[in-house]
Amino acid sequence: MRPSSEPEARIEVDARGLRCPLPVIRLAETAKGKPPGTWVVVLADDPAARYDIPAWCRMRHHELAEMTELPSRPPSGETSNVPTSPVTGGLEAEGGDRGYVRFLVMLRA
Amino acid sequence: MVATAVEHSAILTTGRHHAAAAQDPSLFAEVPVDWSGRVDLRALQDALAVPGTVLAAVQCANGEIGTRQPLERAHELCGTHGVPLLVDAMACLGRDPAPEHFDVMAGDARSWGGPGGLGVLVVPARTRWRRPGPVSEVEHGRTDVEPMIALALAAAEAWRATQADRADQSARSSALLRRLRAAADHLPDVEVVGDPDNALAHVLTFSLLYVDGEALVTELDRRGFAVGTGSACTSSTLEPSHVLAATGVLTHGNVRLTLPLDPVAPALADGVSRFIAELPEAVAAVRAHLGAGDL
Repeated sequence: MRPSSEPEARIEVDARGLRCPLPVIRLAETAKGKPPGTWVVVLADDPAARYDIPAWCRMRHHELAEMTELPSRPPSGETSNVPTSPVTGGLEAEGGDRGYVRFLVMLRA
Repeated sequence: MVATAVEHSAILTTGRHHAAAAQDPSLFAEVPVDWSGRVDLRALQDALAVPGTVLAAVQCANGEIGTRQPLERAHELCGTHGVPLLVDAMACLGRDPAPEHFDVMAGDARSWGGPGGLGVLVVPARTRWRRPGPVSEVEHGRTDVEPMIALALAAAEAWRATQADRADQSARSSALLRRLRAAADHLPDVEVVGDPDNALAHVLTFSLLYVDGEALVTELDRRGFAVGTGSACTSSTLEPSHVLAATGVLTHGNVRLTLPLDPVAPALADGVSRFIAELPEAVAAVRAHLGAGDL
């Protein structure tokens, strides 16, 4: 097992299909009790997440290392994360093809 | 056209529509604001310097977060570049001294306790102004319909009454808002939005981590308090308030308090005390419902 300080050792939170404040709550649940230096990747398609995940990092003194806008159809190799849940399906039907955002967070103290 | 990123959506959607219809995004520039919602004057200056700029819109203060804009400086910059300044004074008329630095000012009689349905456009003699379209003789060519005298008189009477009591009203409102701000500051995991030192005395907005904004509005409503929210994920919108987004604060769990004028709410001080007493419980209840009580 790799030490948690290596960027390769990432915990993924796929919050696509969840609406605010649930993506931030899922991230906080995941972060709870994890040692400083742990990397967490969050995927979210809720429009509020692009403001709220950076705000959570600021309020909790974690580091937001990257924030990347991605099209809803992910590049090949990430197909296991294609949002196919009924929840996401409903969201897409309502809001159209909006893509999602990938956040890379390093937990601090 | 140039506008701050926190202008009323009536201005922003019109500007964006205009640019989109002409397929030229450069026709409408949205000027960023800082964490408090105050316009970035350097960015405003850059936008004004773009050749062909014909109008700048800067509000006196923001109705959602209360932050006042540096109108005197903005008007100076506009003057330097020969661009007229439109000031949306909806949030501050009747509360703050009327703005002095503008070329055209827009207001709504409801802001000072007047009747709904009456807008006001203040055009000083120094401003060259012509109504678009054909000119009629009504009101010296400034409108094409006969004004509704009763509405105008009611608005003028409300203005007179509000102005007579404005200083006292403002002091009372400030004192209540200070108590509310202190109460909000004491909540766990809160971001109080806006500039505490240069904001309207009757507007307070704060965002709470791990709270569903609409659930909190409903919980407070159940307890007899009517508050607003800029959070998304309500029944009406998936997008959070553009004002919260522009300032970069937390957008979920948002509560917006607007203190009514005294004649509208004579028992306001009691209501504020009860709100302060019940707010922590209401927040805890909504957080517990999402299982986020100990995060």
